[in-house]
Amino acid sequence: MEIVNFTPVPALIGGMLIGLGSVLLLLLSGRIAGISGILGGLLPPTRGDMTWRLAFIAGLAVSGLGFVLLGDVSAIVIEADTPLLIAAGLLVGVGTRLGSGCTSGHGICGIGRLSPRGIVASCIFLGIGMVTVFVTRHVIGS
Amino acid sequence: MGRLLVPLLCGLIFGAGLAISGMVNPAKVLGFLDVTGQWDPSLILVMGGGVAVFAAGFLLVKRTARPVFAAKFEIPTRRDIDPRLVAGAVLFGIGWGLAGFCPGPALTSLAFGMTKVYVFVAAMVAGSLAYGLWMRFRG
Repeated sequence: MEIVNFTPVPALIGGMLIGLGSVLLLLLSGRIAGISGILGGLLPPTRGDMTWRLAFIAGLAVSGLGFVLLGDVSAIVIEADTPLLIAAGLLVGVGTRLGSGCTSGHGICGIGRLSPRGIVASCIFLGIGMVTVFVTRHVIGS
Repeated sequence: MGRLLVPLLCGLIFGAGLAISGMVNPAKVLGFLDVTGQWDPSLILVMGGGVAVFAAGFLLVKRTARPVFAAKFEIPTRRDIDPRLVAGAVLFGIGWGLAGFCPGPALTSLAFGMTKVYVFVAAMVAGSLAYGLWMRFRG
């Protein structure tokens, strides 16, 4: 193993902002900031439960726009081709609904409140993600 | 306030965190998951920082009767580890490892105007919607 591209300061600051946005949403609006759950609640939508979900997603999109203006979009690298992106998207879409959460709901909020389900799910998707990259990069790709 | 402005601002802060930490770049996420190759440990600090701030704030939540702008806290109460949780986390882990995208960064990246992001998000929405409709149909 060789350590490369480690950016500890932006990682820690960014991570703390993710935690801040999540805990403020809970303290002020009473909701868990699980992105797959926020999106999933719109698919299909339920009347009276759409506004906060759309507002949060709009907030994400606006910060993405901020990155376009202030950051370096040319540094973004998406290696996957179209068929792989479709397969990955379907797996993420179905998997996060079946498993009731993703890196935010299970990873940040779940672990942060010591939820057994959040901790177990996070260990599984982190481990499986690592195995997947090992297989695609070092078994198939080598 | 609780339904519009707060979620909008929280989404903005959350997305800014994803952008600053580099998590909007799938190459950086895959660099973390590639533990046996050239490894970028940054994601540990992203999660660690996020969990620490959330856990600190959650202490406050536990001492508070209700949210400032809502009637009650909507917090999951289940504690059992069921096959769906495990299977879902496995499927999500594979999808995450294949492209380097999870839901938050994917939605934040929509603003980048990249076709690959649209393809991933469209497939993710289709998968989530298919599951949602199937569950509703089953009752």
